[in-house]
Amino acid sequence: MASLEVSGLTKSFGATHVLHGIDLAVEDGEMIVIVGASGCGKSTLLRIVAGLETASSGSIRIAGREVAALEPAERDIAMVFQNYALYPHMTVEQNMAYGLKIRGLPKPEIARRVAEAAGLLGIEPLLTRRPRQLSGGQRQRVAMGRAIVREPKLFLFDEPLSNLDAKLRVQMRAEIRRLQRRLGVTSLFVTHDQTEAMTLGDRLVVMHAGHAAQIATPMEIWARPADTYVAGFIGSPAMNFLEGTLAEGGQAVALKAGPVLRFADGPRAGGEGMPVTIGIRPEHVEVAEGGIALPLDLVEPLGSETVLHGRLPGGEALVVKLGGPAPDAGSLPVAFPAPALHVFDGATGKRLDP
Amino acid sequence: MRKTIFKGTALPLLLIAPQLLITCIFFLWPAGAAIWQSLLQEDPWGMSSQFVGLRNFTEVLAEPEWRGAAYNTLIFSTSVAVLAMGTALFLAVQADKSIRGANLYRTLLIWPYAVAPAVAAVLWLFLFHPSIGLVGRALNQAGIAWDYKLNGNQAMLLVIIAAAWKQVSYNFIFFLAGLQSIPRSVLEAAAIDGARPVRRFWTIILPLLSPTAFFLLVVNLVYAFFDTFGVIHALTGGGPGKATETLIYKVYVEGVQNVNLGSSSAQSVILMVLVIALTAVQFRFIERKVHY
Repeated sequence: MASLEVSGLTKSFGATHVLHGIDLAVEDGEMIVIVGASGCGKSTLLRIVAGLETASSGSIRIAGREVAALEPAERDIAMVFQNYALYPHMTVEQNMAYGLKIRGLPKPEIARRVAEAAGLLGIEPLLTRRPRQLSGGQRQRVAMGRAIVREPKLFLFDEPLSNLDAKLRVQMRAEIRRLQRRLGVTSLFVTHDQTEAMTLGDRLVVMHAGHAAQIATPMEIWARPADTYVAGFIGSPAMNFLEGTLAEGGQAVALKAGPVLRFADGPRAGGEGMPVTIGIRPEHVEVAEGGIALPLDLVEPLGSETVLHGRLPGGEALVVKLGGPAPDAGSLPVAFPAPALHVFDGATGKRLDP
Repeated sequence: MRKTIFKGTALPLLLIAPQLLITCIFFLWPAGAAIWQSLLQEDPWGMSSQFVGLRNFTEVLAEPEWRGAAYNTLIFSTSVAVLAMGTALFLAVQADKSIRGANLYRTLLIWPYAVAPAVAAVLWLFLFHPSIGLVGRALNQAGIAWDYKLNGNQAMLLVIIAAAWKQVSYNFIFFLAGLQSIPRSVLEAAAIDGARPVRRFWTIILPLLSPTAFFLLVVNLVYAFFDTFGVIHALTGGGPGKATETLIYKVYVEGVQNVNLGSSSAQSVILMVLVIALTAVQFRFIERKVHY
């Protein structure tokens, strides 16, 4: 178990810059989830930490030791791949023992560790089978087992759940989290799925176009997103964004859609009339008498809740999430409660705090 | 796959007729004729023939010349297979790396397959001829007595190299395809597990290539048995003495030069049995083992 420090990490493929200076400190035993849309550089970051790609510049320290120049073999890490990457010609047992054999561990020690990991993952009956005789979930477990037996300093997960069906994914997600807590291994987990990110991570790194847009706990990111990208990426359905300008000396916002809303937490810097983007999550929009009329054009019932799509008078789209069944009306009066508003700079998209 | 069900049998039969016809005319008929011929003894002028049962076979198998040719074939085909496959595997591993100009390199390596056997033989002749060949003359000047027209071992070495060279391309294509079908992530997993390149090759790549390698072994042996006639004929003509006379070459010598059709047919039937056996082994192996 160890800490991981990444600083000033950049990567370019020719003229294409994939990572622009990533700084990240992972504490001992912490699980960090790197989340972002495809092409944001999250997998590249993980592969650089693993040593499968070389960084263009920057440093990587595992347990205080600089590893940027080392081979993957010398970094003492284990990785779980998206397609599991099991050795097809070896049995489950041989798959798990391979890394230990290479490290020259004595046979009884190898057998002990394999048996222990197999017990932990409930794959003892599969030990003599080959990967092609296993289901997706079983392969995933074996891949985990192969990582666990190594007792590495660092676990790396490269979208390990995306090849599983939805039900199994939820189950494995919980299992990975439990296992990681129990073993206390420092882990980096890459995913494009925000639910996975929110549920798994002690902290999240939201990546956007080669930058770490925000590094914080899941709740912090949900409650105080650093910019409009993060705000729109985390949370489902995605946050609504409404155009407006600062009014009343920064105390309020005049929405393009009509109303002027006073901020609950104090004035924003910037002059009167400065363009801002107001974010509000669909679940925070209230239905209230005397609100703005929102004509609905789509109703999505989800059982315990309902998602409504409509357009505000200014033409901006608005999504509302209500608990319970859909109201039987073509139009709803909606209001935006002041404490639920997120204020972002209209030009840069950065969060504006009082 | 979509299945089409035909009504009646006329149309399906008509559709497979060309293939059947080709198989019958170019394979079943000559093979049948060879088997029939191998049971006969013909007079030198081809005027009469007499049924002799298996006498041709017992005579051939007892002949020291045939045994010599069988020994030559063993040495020749094993060496060709090992040399052609080893070289091809080495080149394929190199070509599989991401290097600049990899495509050009791959294309160039595939070319020798398009060279006719006799032309290939002439190329090697121009290299190794003791008096006009580049390498041949250099060897002699360096004090090595090189003359494959006198030295049987040198002749054998030369036909092995020439025959193997022609087969390298074929093997190369299969090995490269085999290498490229190994998922990158499996090799990466091995690297993270601590295996260095050499170890990865022996414990991951080679086992995963073994079905390809086995298939190629059979193909190469069949190639060395049958398709190397042209190379041997153009380079050494089976000589010096009978140093490079393989079984297939002896079939030709016996049938065409000595006009002993019965014996020649018996020999080709023996070869036919050998190749059928090899193919059968391969099919069994593939059914049992290959699916990873």
